[in-house]
Amino acid sequence: MILQTVFDAGVSIEYYVMLASILFGIGVLGVLIRKNAIILLMCIELMLNAANLLLVAFSTYYGKADAQIFVFFIMVVAAAEATVGLSILVMAYRNLRTVDISLFNKLKG
Amino acid sequence: MSLAILTYILGGLTFGSALMVVLAPHPVRSVLYLILTFFFISGNYILLNAQFVAVVNIIVYAGAIMVLFLFVLMLLNLSKENEPKTKNVAKFAAVVASGILAVVLIAATKDTMILQSGYQTSDNAQGLVEGLGQLLFTKYVLPFEISSVLFLSAMVGAVLLAKREKQITNEL
Repeated sequence: MILQTVFDAGVSIEYYVMLASILFGIGVLGVLIRKNAIILLMCIELMLNAANLLLVAFSTYYGKADAQIFVFFIMVVAAAEATVGLSILVMAYRNLRTVDISLFNKLKG
Repeated sequence: MSLAILTYILGGLTFGSALMVVLAPHPVRSVLYLILTFFFISGNYILLNAQFVAVVNIIVYAGAIMVLFLFVLMLLNLSKENEPKTKNVAKFAAVVASGILAVVLIAATKDTMILQSGYQTSDNAQGLVEGLGQLLFTKYVLPFEISSVLFLSAMVGAVLLAKREKQITNEL
């Protein structure tokens, strides 16, 4: 079965590299700019999705499905990370009554 | 040619909504923009002929993970007033640093591309359930099984961490 893809329509693979890099940059920007710990976790999800987008783009470009399997494994790890991270945050909120990461400084000497 | 225009429009929308995740002042709005971003990324997957990944992306990310985030936000009762503020100097430094990172990533990958050049229109239907299932249950069956152990440990860890400490002391 032959399906038409965006690469047949003249979109280059460099476009997807650029889009994924910019999305990753936005994720890094969020981690640096926000102090709410939940939004930090969300920006990590955004960075993982940038990697997923690039994996799928190259998978279609080379016509091999292996990269799409790796996308599933990235989703598995992201789900596990989100559950554990959020439960740690709920525990921290219960103790400190805040999710501001600049106040999580009990280990500071 | 219209497919290319659609791709560029979708890329622009993805970029815009991802930027709004970072810039939205209210945390709940941030979550909603992230869900929108995941839908746009799923649109990109469909244009790339990865239909199954697109559907799973919506179900897992927009349906499960982001709802979990939303629940925790509601549970902690965060509002715009007690949203922590960042200093303007730190904001400027963050914009410069992440912008430079994105530029370096693009520049580094731009010249070192494509060893095996040329895109073939041969067989592009592996993004469907049949091809992916075939691969997942033969070549990648061991990582697939190990990921279930990862899920189990994450589940046990989450239950253990989120349990109220008062109840533990009462039982003891």
